[in-house]
Amino acid sequence: MKKLYVLKKILQSLLTIFFVLIFNYFLFRIMPGDPLAMIMRNPRASAEAIEKTKELFGLGEAWYMQFLIYLQNLFQGDFGLSFIYKKDVLEVIWDKILPTVIMVGLAQILAILIGVLLGVIAAWKRGTKIDVIALSFSLITYSMPTFWLGIILISIFSIGLGLFPTSGMLTPGKTFLSTLDMIRDGTLHLVLPVLTLSLVLIGEYALTMRNTLLDVLTEDYMTTVRAKGFDDNYILKKHAVPNAMLPMITIIAINLGLTIGGAIQVETIFSWPGLGRLMYEALNGRDYPLLQGIFLLITISVILANLIADITYSYLDPRVKS
Amino acid sequence: MNTIKQEMRKKRIETFWKSFRSSSMGMIGAVILIFFIVISIFGPLFFPFNPLEFGEPGNVLQPPGDSHLLGTDNLGRDIFSNLLAGGRVSLMVGLLATVISMFLGTAIGVVSGFIGSKTDMILMRLTDFFLVLPWLPLVLVLAAILGTSIWNIILVIGLTSWAGTARVVRSQTLSLKERPFIERIRSIGADDTTIIIRHILPNVFPLVFANTILITAVAILSETTLSFLGLGDTTRSSWGMMLHYAFQSGAASSGAYWFFLPPGICVVLVVLAFTFLGYAFDEMMNPKLKRR
Repeated sequence: MKKLYVLKKILQSLLTIFFVLIFNYFLFRIMPGDPLAMIMRNPRASAEAIEKTKELFGLGEAWYMQFLIYLQNLFQGDFGLSFIYKKDVLEVIWDKILPTVIMVGLAQILAILIGVLLGVIAAWKRGTKIDVIALSFSLITYSMPTFWLGIILISIFSIGLGLFPTSGMLTPGKTFLSTLDMIRDGTLHLVLPVLTLSLVLIGEYALTMRNTLLDVLTEDYMTTVRAKGFDDNYILKKHAVPNAMLPMITIIAINLGLTIGGAIQVETIFSWPGLGRLMYEALNGRDYPLLQGIFLLITISVILANLIADITYSYLDPRVKS
Repeated sequence: MNTIKQEMRKKRIETFWKSFRSSSMGMIGAVILIFFIVISIFGPLFFPFNPLEFGEPGNVLQPPGDSHLLGTDNLGRDIFSNLLAGGRVSLMVGLLATVISMFLGTAIGVVSGFIGSKTDMILMRLTDFFLVLPWLPLVLVLAAILGTSIWNIILVIGLTSWAGTARVVRSQTLSLKERPFIERIRSIGADDTTIIIRHILPNVFPLVFANTILITAVAILSETTLSFLGLGDTTRSSWGMMLHYAFQSGAASSGAYWFFLPPGICVVLVVLAFTFLGYAFDEMMNPKLKRR
């Protein structure tokens, strides 16, 4: 039965990805007038890039042929030439993946650890001062534009106190004496972007953890454990938290979309050389081939992450049936 | 008949007000929101300066002082006037985008839940599709393609944020559909349209309402983010555009705190007000939460 469920989920995800491909096809062709008019008007687009885009669009062919050409190119990893970088889109994107994964990954780990802890404390001490503080903190960071938080942190810690660099991944032009020296420099550059992104996520995770834990605490089996005479600490650690942790798997996957939104802002503010910063550049240079490539990469990753979360969840929670 | 109905309505509003007043979060949210609504409506009448007018070359990046209450920006525009004008844009975007989103979400949810079968399947796949797509990248790409005007921004936010509402409305409709009172109404000859408009919609509305307020918060935040990232309407002053100019001109590095702090604080306060209100309503109307 479980296999059937997994199979169904995989098929659904494939269907969604197919929707994304169709959606993307129309999205980048609904520009007013001639689909290429907009691209040609871009002063950054070289003659070569326009020629290449024409070829990729399959201009002059029937509409269904255009769609097939589009699919064929995608499967061959051919997204066209970036107007700004004058290089293959996939090649441009490839270099930017690792910096984003490092930054977002660290921020996620930090946010999950602190967010879960904060949520557990808030739920357990419901209605006390600690709960009110945790709740207000979560709601305030939730209401804050991520980029603005970044600007504030820069002006306090970089400009004001001079503790961390304002931008980039490594100090430009600096020659490093050793690998350790380079790691130290990189770490200093990482602190503020990671801090900004995790602060935004902590609130989200803390709120979710608090709510699920409150739900779990009202379940009948919690009353049963209490009746058996175990002390509160034991009940919380062994029975309540593990059960409340389960939905977090789904939340983390669903939140990946939100995290990427945050990463775009954080990378823009800190000039972090990742996918988010690249998307900002593509948006402002109206670099449509590049924009399309990044959009597809991000959406498909999010869909796959959700699929993995669904499957993991179904194995961890025996209540999920096909 | 009518007086009984009015009496009941009055009582419902009274109970609502009573439980709303007991929620401190809801009250704080309401007070902040009313404050911003009032200054957005009447503030522009008292503009000390035209918000879009550039100042004299010597009057650029002035710190707060006598002539300019909150100083001037990198082009000499008065920050305080821009702040007042920006509130209008933020609230307008938030409310109009929410109306679009609420309408779509409710319509799709009710139709999906009420008709069921194939229609339900197709509409729910569409809903899943919009739920799983990463929102900000989607909005950014749409805004970049459609072009940057305030109306496009409203449209883009409204068209992409209805999926959550549709889900909530659908499940509520499904459970309402099976209740005996619907069957009774149907047996006395009411058609589907009447049942949906007169009996389903009034019953799903409270849930939609709580959900919608949270969407307004997200919509305002998105307008700010879009404008900041360079996709805003340059012909209007909004808090997001102010932050955009602040970042572009390096206000943080030059220590021009009066440039980047006030618009950000306003965004946080308004979004927080909507979030607080949303939580208060959710707490009041979600039966599952009452149990705790």
